[in-house]
Amino acid sequence: MNLEQARVVENRLLAPGHRRMVLHAPAIAAAAGPGQFVHLRAHDSFHPLLRRPLSVARCDRSAGTLVLIYRVIGEGTTRLADRRPGDWIDLLGPLGRGFRLAPGLTPLLVAGGVGVAPLIFLAEECVRKGRAVEVLAGARSASLLVGEEDLRELGVKCCPATDDGSRGYRGPVTGLLEGRLDGRALYASGPPGMLRQVQQLAGEVPAQLCIEATMACGVGACRGCACRARGGAHRLVCTDGPVFDSHEVTFDG
Amino acid sequence: MADLAVNLGGIRLRNPVLAASGTFGYGREYAAIVPLDRIGAIITKGTSLEPWAGNPPPRTVETAAGMLNAIGLENPGLKHLVEADLPWLAGQGATVVVNIVGKTVDEYTAIAEALDAQPAVAGLELNVSCPNIDKGGMAFGLHPETAYALVRAVRKRTRHPLLVKLSPNVTDIVRIAEQVRDAGADGLSAVNTLVGMAIDIHCRRPVLGNVTGGLSGPAIKPVALAAVWRLARVGLPILGGGGVSFWQDAVEFLLAGATAVAVGTATFVRPRAMLEIVQGMEEYLECQGIERITDLVGAANPGARIG
Repeated sequence: MNLEQARVVENRLLAPGHRRMVLHAPAIAAAAGPGQFVHLRAHDSFHPLLRRPLSVARCDRSAGTLVLIYRVIGEGTTRLADRRPGDWIDLLGPLGRGFRLAPGLTPLLVAGGVGVAPLIFLAEECVRKGRAVEVLAGARSASLLVGEEDLRELGVKCCPATDDGSRGYRGPVTGLLEGRLDGRALYASGPPGMLRQVQQLAGEVPAQLCIEATMACGVGACRGCACRARGGAHRLVCTDGPVFDSHEVTFDG
Repeated sequence: MADLAVNLGGIRLRNPVLAASGTFGYGREYAAIVPLDRIGAIITKGTSLEPWAGNPPPRTVETAAGMLNAIGLENPGLKHLVEADLPWLAGQGATVVVNIVGKTVDEYTAIAEALDAQPAVAGLELNVSCPNIDKGGMAFGLHPETAYALVRAVRKRTRHPLLVKLSPNVTDIVRIAEQVRDAGADGLSAVNTLVGMAIDIHCRRPVLGNVTGGLSGPAIKPVALAAVWRLARVGLPILGGGGVSFWQDAVEFLLAGATAVAVGTATFVRPRAMLEIVQGMEEYLECQGIERITDLVGAANPGARIG
């Protein structure tokens, strides 16, 4: 875990309401793995007060850079969207327990919306290790398939699904799972409703789910980002996750 | 070099900046970036006799210049503290104050007794002010009589310096503090969080799983400072806290009558906030030509009587 002043290299509009930020943060880039996140502070005022956790989407260790892909959704990400190349951002990371690639099984990555971010990093890792990998990416419409550009650059096959049918399969991305589960291990990231679907459809197929939560500390000290574990206990998204084995957690209640 | 050392009711501190209970775990979480031998002390997460599971999520929500939490004192229990955390903290050179909490008087006294022989413990902080649990916690801190009875019972079972963390959610915090003093406490810790809530207007229900939570952060600093100002006449040393974010805040608390300050929410925002505050206070003393930080305690408060 490092506390690093990162320099903004790029912060551009990727799709309506979505941005792609490149940060120069060599210490964090050297240590980050797919599924891990950074806890960032984009400004100095008391409002909004807390840091924002964002998944790492790409990592270039030799250049010392990492990529964040984020949706501008509230005050924190609005402040982040305002940052320009040359600005400094206070980064804490890498944090959390990331994806663990299952040996032997072909990785099938299932993304919902901006949830594609950590899966791009995982796809990059698969490419680096010479492993076959396929991504199923869902979004509301074609223009919001925010991972396509990076995945194309990596040469990773991506099957799109859109709610309005403007690209690929019409319907939820989980509709693409049928018939694709044999010999696969699933790695999913997206909204809770989608993750619950993946969890149900996976059955006995190994699946890992990357969960989002609002966080205060991001390091396990405050115990504020608890999610529900099977059997009634809690797990912390920041340190037990954000990537959980599918059978560890529940989205009910 | 100015002298930053203070004595907080028998707890000797290298400097007056402490990690507030519940914001710093048991020290491991931040140890990579906050050396534990550089802060005054760590006050552990509230620790109960048996492990507690805590409240259902969501447990936190951000508010204007602050945050609400309703963690519900999730903690691994006394045994874990004694076997795993205290030895590790001692190895780090940390000064350790254990925050203790229970649902009954007997639970509090059992923990105090068990910790009495622990040399790694510099003091106890009695939590009678957590607003997020059904039984125990704040229930002991809202009424002078129950607070007196609990502190009295714990006092008999421990030789450690005993701080009592007070709730601001009372009509007269001074009256509670006087009872706590008369029951044998060595110091006051003020304040715990203020009861608050937030409602999700889209789902039309409270945001927090526990409905209400405790407000912390810069938003509560003026409230906490006024509480310390009033408590300074009780005659016990005070650990002031509530929205301390920068060294200037810490100096204000000392001038109001606090002997030391607890930093909590600021650590979430700036993990090295405590170290920055220590350094800022040091520079302030040098600039002002003050040799000992204790000279600041209550210096702005004519009513202060620090024990």
